[in-house]
Amino acid sequence: MSSQHILPRRTYFLVFLALEILTVVTAVVASIDLGAANTVVALLIAVTKSSLVVLFFMHVKYSSKMTKLTVILGVFWLMILLGMTMTDYVSRMWSAVR
Amino acid sequence: MSHNAAHHAGADAGLAELDPHLEMQFDDPEQQKETSSFGMWVFLVTEVMFFGGLFMAYLVYRSQYPQAFAIGSSQLNFKLGTANTVVLIFSSLTMALAVRAAQLGQKKALVWLLIATMILGAAFLGFKGIEYHEHILDGHVPGANFRYDTPGVSFAVAREVVLFNILYFCMTGLHAFHMIVGLGLMLWLVIKAQKGAFTPAYNTPVEMIGLYWHFVDLVWIYLYPLLYLIDRYHK
Repeated sequence: MSSQHILPRRTYFLVFLALEILTVVTAVVASIDLGAANTVVALLIAVTKSSLVVLFFMHVKYSSKMTKLTVILGVFWLMILLGMTMTDYVSRMWSAVR
Repeated sequence: MSHNAAHHAGADAGLAELDPHLEMQFDDPEQQKETSSFGMWVFLVTEVMFFGGLFMAYLVYRSQYPQAFAIGSSQLNFKLGTANTVVLIFSSLTMALAVRAAQLGQKKALVWLLIATMILGAAFLGFKGIEYHEHILDGHVPGANFRYDTPGVSFAVAREVVLFNILYFCMTGLHAFHMIVGLGLMLWLVIKAQKGAFTPAYNTPVEMIGLYWHFVDLVWIYLYPLLYLIDRYHK
């Protein structure tokens, strides 16, 4: 079957290890006061973890361009939802003194 | 496998004899598999938007009530939440290995890895159940029994904490529902796999349900830091 990319078990175990290590890191960093950076770091780690899951566990790295485009579009539409909705909220009481 | 002869002689006639799973509207098994995959991914994109609505609400209310959200987060069970994250990632590994076993025609490994995934998924739901039970006892469930008395903060802020809890229950509840559906799908896979339905030539259902299961893991990868880790250093 030409469309089957059978990854070696080692790849899956390495990705698994990376995911669990990142989980521990995110839990530990959360107990350190970094102020606003805590959320940024936590989300960066989450994006890294989800990229590993999407690329390797879900085989997107080895998938067709159409699949990759679909994934990117999904993220794009989510960003429109989050970003454009927030433009409403952050532009309220624009001139009010906080 | 020569496609040209089949195409010239009448497209589906030749190939169908070679591959009983090939539906008549597809030229070849690769195209059929790619279509299944595309369909599942489009569904997952709709799921991203489905959960996305809740993440949107979270984004709005956390930005407007940061202190209340930090309080709400601190009331969650950090140990169980972290354990659940570890368990769910482990279940994604067993699921990925199950797909690989199906690709290699390893029936026994496939069945056991699917069962392992189900056990880990059930463990996740078990821990979640324990957490929910704690919430009920602590008066954190929005509604008539919600306790607004949080020590050290004004009543106005304590009232805002319920927004966090509403989102917590909606998001983890929706996620848990997806996991229950996933367990059901996996049970179906186990039964089919045990009957020998999946081979190196045909294992699409295993891979597609695998994609669904990994998606459920993805949602949790974002839920965990956003719900459990807000200003954790205070505790």
